[in-house]
Amino acid sequence: MRSILISDPTLRDGNHALQHQLNSEQIAKYCMAAEAAGIPIVEVGHGNGLGASSLQLGIAKLSDNELIRIARTHLKKSRLGVHIIPGFATIEKDLRPAVEGGVDVVRVASHCSEADITERHIQFIRSQEKTVYGVLMMAHMIGSKELLIEAKKMEAYGAQGIVFMDSAGNFLPQDVMERVQILVEHLAIPIGFHAHNNLGLAIANSLAAVEVGASILDGCARGFGAGAGNTQLEVLVGVLERKGYHTGIDFYKMLDASDLAEQTLLKEIPSIKPLSIISGLAGVFSGFLKPVLARAKEFDVDPRDIFIELGRRKIIAGQEDIILEVADNLAKKAKLI
Amino acid sequence: MKVAILGSGNIGIDLLIKVLRSPYLECGVLIGRNSLSKGIQKARELGINTSTSGIEYIQKNPDCCEVVFDATSAMAHTQHAPILKKMHKFTIDLTPAKIGEICVPIINLESSLQYKNLNMITCGGQATLPIIYALRILNAKIHYVEVVSSIASLSAGPATRINLDEYIHTTERAIKFFTGISNAKAILNLNPAFPCIDMQTTIFAKVDDLDRNKFTKTAAEIEKKVQSYVPGFKILLNSLIEDTCTVIVQVKGQGDYLPDYAGNLDIINCAALAIAERYAKTMLHKEMLCDQS
Repeated sequence: MRSILISDPTLRDGNHALQHQLNSEQIAKYCMAAEAAGIPIVEVGHGNGLGASSLQLGIAKLSDNELIRIARTHLKKSRLGVHIIPGFATIEKDLRPAVEGGVDVVRVASHCSEADITERHIQFIRSQEKTVYGVLMMAHMIGSKELLIEAKKMEAYGAQGIVFMDSAGNFLPQDVMERVQILVEHLAIPIGFHAHNNLGLAIANSLAAVEVGASILDGCARGFGAGAGNTQLEVLVGVLERKGYHTGIDFYKMLDASDLAEQTLLKEIPSIKPLSIISGLAGVFSGFLKPVLARAKEFDVDPRDIFIELGRRKIIAGQEDIILEVADNLAKKAKLI
Repeated sequence: MKVAILGSGNIGIDLLIKVLRSPYLECGVLIGRNSLSKGIQKARELGINTSTSGIEYIQKNPDCCEVVFDATSAMAHTQHAPILKKMHKFTIDLTPAKIGEICVPIINLESSLQYKNLNMITCGGQATLPIIYALRILNAKIHYVEVVSSIASLSAGPATRINLDEYIHTTERAIKFFTGISNAKAILNLNPAFPCIDMQTTIFAKVDDLDRNKFTKTAAEIEKKVQSYVPGFKILLNSLIEDTCTVIVQVKGQGDYLPDYAGNLDIINCAALAIAERYAKTMLHKEMLCDQS
């Protein structure tokens, strides 16, 4: 029976859905439930990871240090993970303090075509003898061969696994399989996949990934995450067990953790609304939903038009400021007509 | 006045083309590492004296230049700086090494000339500090400043990519230096979109006591002044909602080496060139005064 390593970013990706307002009690309660269920890796943080609390992306209620301190207190067997994107966070300001705070697993992420910005951060984590994975975000924006080139760079820097993310929820199962296959074939380290549910395919895509050799999967309780949400973790664990994969997670306690998540973390259960479908099809980062809605209202323009234009301009995560410009332009155009 | 350019990457070659256009400057040597590199080849095509022996070339040929532009990397500049200081070369550092006095031409050009090593901060610093300076001119109470820059992936060479942390630290340090605030944040995105995006930077500032109309007017004046040395500098949006001032700046390059999307290259080089030209003019003026007396 093959083992699948589950990494749970409920308390990191889920923060997108609350404009990064998760509080200490919520962090503590979910960590206890995840620990009880035996979830192998529990990620915490601002939705965009270490050092990302900002006017651009939203100011988090808790600082990185506070988040890490609370999670550390409640995680014993479960390992504590963080996400970091170079360009937002630096080794000295953010990564070193996180390691000193007791983080076990660091996932160093970049846009799918920009792996070389992760070199020093990956090397730093290796030098600290912590586990480090390379993460390639918005993987739908490049083909499988280009993805392989970037993943190989991360492997050369010292990454101990590569996770690629369907950040926009744009993939169909065959897109995922093609990428997993080429990565598994050419890399010596484990390959992982992180799905979003914009087109209702998060579970199907995750299953497709493991069926062709992926061995790390991400999922969030109740699918807690931006927009249409992430892979629903309790469903994923059930499906994997049924397919004969081993996760090491206590299934009933996982279900309990998901109930607790619904009661204590979620404002609303993620569902696939029209705008999530639009953003998935347009291939735009799911985290853009709230800011797009806010700007659409402010400028009195159709949010669907904003998404389509962002997709046309290939705007990537981190360029939230362009939403304002696009909305402004659409409003100006509307006035001219 | 003769200048030397250390570094044959994107920055070095773009700078070379700008120097060739300058009526005040002349390129004594362009120094790279690899005689087959694209940059060195380009410099040779332009008929420029080149070398691949690094800083040693300047040590052995001290008369090759009075001004040195360092466009290598932060790590290399820490080795170059003491050598150039000993040789009394006026040094303009384009790496985020944080050794010299930081300079943004429209803010502190004149007072910077007394120092022998000037640091050009970063492209993001050169694009945002003029706007932040406008807030200071109006005596706004600034609590927090955040600058978010997006540049085209193709405009970011290997040194830029390896220096992302230094980019952030250096930009934040400069914002703190010019405003006196203790809390500043810099973010840099490399965008692979094709066709390439122009360099664009958003300045967010949490402020009190800022008059919207006065700020719009001052920012427009600053924009004009910056345009005198960075022709592609443009304010795209300027808004003040409650206590948050948001200004979006676009920098289009002049297409000297890389195409015009590489405003990041252009703005830092334009700033460096403005300083070198002013230094050359000042020295020329001093010589004339000496001759007269």
